[in-house]
Amino acid sequence: MSNLIFDKSRAGRRAFAQAPGASAAVAIPEKFLRSDNPRLPEASELQVVRHFTRLSQMNFSIDTQFYPLGSCTMKYNPRACNTLALLPEFAGRHPLGPVSHGQGFLTCMYELQEMLKEVTGMKGVSLTPMAGAQGELAGVAMIKAYHEARGDHDRTEIIVPDAAHGTNPATATMCGCSVKEIPTGPDGDIEIEALRAVLGPNTAGIMLTNPSTLGVFERHIKDVADMVHDAGGLLYYDGANLNAILGKVRPGDMDFDVIHMNLHKTFSTPHGGGGPGSGAVGVNNRLLPFMPIPVVGKSEVDGVTVYDWLSEDDLPQSIGRLSGFMGNAGVLLRAYVYMRMIGREGMERIAEYATLNANYLMARLRDAGFELAYPQRRASHEFIVTLKHEAKSVQLTAMDVAKALLDRNYHAPTTYFPLLVPECLLIEPTETESKETLDGFVAAMIEIVRAAKEDGVNYKEAPYTMPVRRLDDVKAARQLDLAYRRDAAEAAS
Amino acid sequence: MPFIPHTDKDTLEMLAAIGADSIDDLFDEIPAQLRIDHLHGVPEAHNEMEVSRLMRNRAAMDGSPLCFIGAGAYEHHIPAAVWDIATRGEYYSAYTPYQAEASQGTLQTIYEYQTMITGLTGLDVSNASLYDGASALAEAALMAVRVNRRVKTGRVLLAPGVNPVYEQVAAAIAGSQGLSFVRLPRDAATGNVAFDELADDQAPVAVVIQQPSFPGTLEDVDRLTDWAHAQGAAVIGIVNPVSLAILKAPGHWGEQGADIAIGEGQPLGVPLSSGGPYFGFMTCKQKHVRQMPGRIVGRTTDLDGNPGFALTLQAREQHIRRSKATSNICTNQGLMVTAATIYMSLLGFQGLVRVAQKSHENTTRLVDGLVAIDGMERLYAGPYFHEVALQLDRPVAPVLAALAERDILGGYDLSSFASADALMVCATETKTSADIDLTIAAFADVMAGAGRGKV
Repeated sequence: MSNLIFDKSRAGRRAFAQAPGASAAVAIPEKFLRSDNPRLPEASELQVVRHFTRLSQMNFSIDTQFYPLGSCTMKYNPRACNTLALLPEFAGRHPLGPVSHGQGFLTCMYELQEMLKEVTGMKGVSLTPMAGAQGELAGVAMIKAYHEARGDHDRTEIIVPDAAHGTNPATATMCGCSVKEIPTGPDGDIEIEALRAVLGPNTAGIMLTNPSTLGVFERHIKDVADMVHDAGGLLYYDGANLNAILGKVRPGDMDFDVIHMNLHKTFSTPHGGGGPGSGAVGVNNRLLPFMPIPVVGKSEVDGVTVYDWLSEDDLPQSIGRLSGFMGNAGVLLRAYVYMRMIGREGMERIAEYATLNANYLMARLRDAGFELAYPQRRASHEFIVTLKHEAKSVQLTAMDVAKALLDRNYHAPTTYFPLLVPECLLIEPTETESKETLDGFVAAMIEIVRAAKEDGVNYKEAPYTMPVRRLDDVKAARQLDLAYRRDAAEAAS
Repeated sequence: MPFIPHTDKDTLEMLAAIGADSIDDLFDEIPAQLRIDHLHGVPEAHNEMEVSRLMRNRAAMDGSPLCFIGAGAYEHHIPAAVWDIATRGEYYSAYTPYQAEASQGTLQTIYEYQTMITGLTGLDVSNASLYDGASALAEAALMAVRVNRRVKTGRVLLAPGVNPVYEQVAAAIAGSQGLSFVRLPRDAATGNVAFDELADDQAPVAVVIQQPSFPGTLEDVDRLTDWAHAQGAAVIGIVNPVSLAILKAPGHWGEQGADIAIGEGQPLGVPLSSGGPYFGFMTCKQKHVRQMPGRIVGRTTDLDGNPGFALTLQAREQHIRRSKATSNICTNQGLMVTAATIYMSLLGFQGLVRVAQKSHENTTRLVDGLVAIDGMERLYAGPYFHEVALQLDRPVAPVLAALAERDILGGYDLSSFASADALMVCATETKTSADIDLTIAAFADVMAGAGRGKV
């Protein structure tokens, strides 16, 4: 049964408190005006509040469930970050307002840049990219700009390991580069000889995630860095897994030239049901001139510290602007509040407890009979379980386990990524989960497999307890219904 | 430790289960020479009370000036319910709805959003949103290349009223894929496209039209859309969603309508917040849907035949197509779209019309007062929505600085765009008559006080 906001709509009903009073008719010639009625909902304030509150209750979220989604760092989003970022002066500040009315905000942004430089070991930070993928775009664009500024126009190949996020190759394409994929060895490190074979005069750079998406630390990172640099290429660090190494090892010290950070992962800004993200970039000295603008600068004027925007005039070689203003400023404020509450010591503890939780969960699942993709390796802050045997013996797939977990009130781990491990679950518990929660999850995993093996339970039709049963994806794609058409609905009824 | 729940006992038990002696052992695969001990550059932790004090002090430094700046971001009243609900943990702390059965709230909200924004723009289908309005132009231009596959020039023509920052952003994001952005001629009197100077173009792949234009004028969108289609170009409309309460929807421009509409979604219930997070919207004709970037939600049925919602057409996206995807985007601005959907539901079309009309009325009151001041006149003739460019008889920056000292942000300095001493003012429904009259008086004072040329 349809239960859309449009179903509650009645002609003439409104949330009367929410619109300004009537005005005189506008003095705009007829030809510019619209004559149709786009039929937004017509509902009372209570109806709207009730509808969207009810919809929210149909979501899993960190605030309501354990969410061990590998590669996504679903840690607790402290409430204070949101409350303080939405203080009226911050929420109401116009992006083009003068710096005289922005020193508070700009101070936070400058200090955020400085803290991110410190935790990554980079020499400069630009906060403007609006998501991880846009940070990647900025990074590859800077690599290209660097080579072009040196007259090195043939360097258009980006090397990407086969385990990489899909955004890596997609970004390379966006930047007009071609992609060279290299394989991962049996122990999870990249194949050094395969890397050597693709390096050459066309190499622009390599994009690496470390720890990788396989949940292991790339042990030969120094050799990789030396090889790529010797070949004239640069190293790009995908910060998806920065949470795993915070305070332990820094991308700058691993000789990366450019990195992006996912502030919505490592620094706990909200995922918001699919955004906003925030993909600040860090660079070493050779890429400083190419940073995306604007960047926040600091100067002394008559003995007073003033924070201001650095733009085209200050960074004439910049790759340019990536957003209408300065990226997801409100997200940056949330990250700033988080970092101030965590502080130096807390920052060093994050990777420790994220790694402890991952290795604990991995050990418990291994002891319970689950097969690990890389049993000989330490887990970073995440690890991979493969169900390839269960899929053969009792037709229990990663998808089945994912859906069965939903029925046990756990969000599913990441499934079928990375692509090179069959029937995989990529599990990342994060540091904010307690031992009891992890133990409960292990018990649920054990019971799901036991029931499949011993009781012949299959989960092909799970979940059973969610607001909907398994959805018909094929129908969704073949009979596209992307917007409610009242006329069509009325005609059908 | 903040947000880490482990007791010492927990830690010891967990290490025992792992078979490690210490947490440090868990990092033994990281080469020792790369390890660091401390992050000296990060300040010591402060508790929530202390950080709250710090942030309140910082916020107070920025104040709450009376703001008449628009230029792509607009102050509107946001009903309390919008963010009260949008920041419920179930929306705020959920991930992308890949597990559809456990994400029906987010998915249905996006479906309802797609319905509302297609209605406003007069087009058939919408994606789940993009990062912001400016980056949406980059994505729309790349999409136009895919839609208009016969045209190989990569020439994207921009109406003179396209926001110059949008052009910069589009060039930065899409410039390395063979696109070039070329401006159409501007009529100095109206600020709009100079139709007299329009020649048949060499196969443009797209023509971009912004309505209202960046400096606030209303372009003859019907004529320009028809001209663009006659050139074989796809038409991309950039629109302000609040203006669509009264202005013609891009889907109805000219004979055939725009092919793609994009814009900044911020006016629909998203706070100004120094520039973000906002959201870019994108809608298009049904036949182009498979070329659209970004997430899309569709309605389907579940095993029991009940309706439900899921991400669809994912074969376009980076996690499936990798280097051949329509875009590298994986995020939409989910939280902002949630807010916008609640905003549009609360206002309804009639409420949105009132917001648009009141904004128009307030801007008219402000402009009428300002042009009565010696040394201020309209830069361009013709109708406007809620933003107007004004020519001054002196440099703009000192005038705006003098007003800022009175806690009035008197407009956006348009000098670099218009090659003239010009500024742009906007008064939305949030301004009272008293605010506007006070501002007119302040302008008059500043303009008169120090005399021509030496404010």
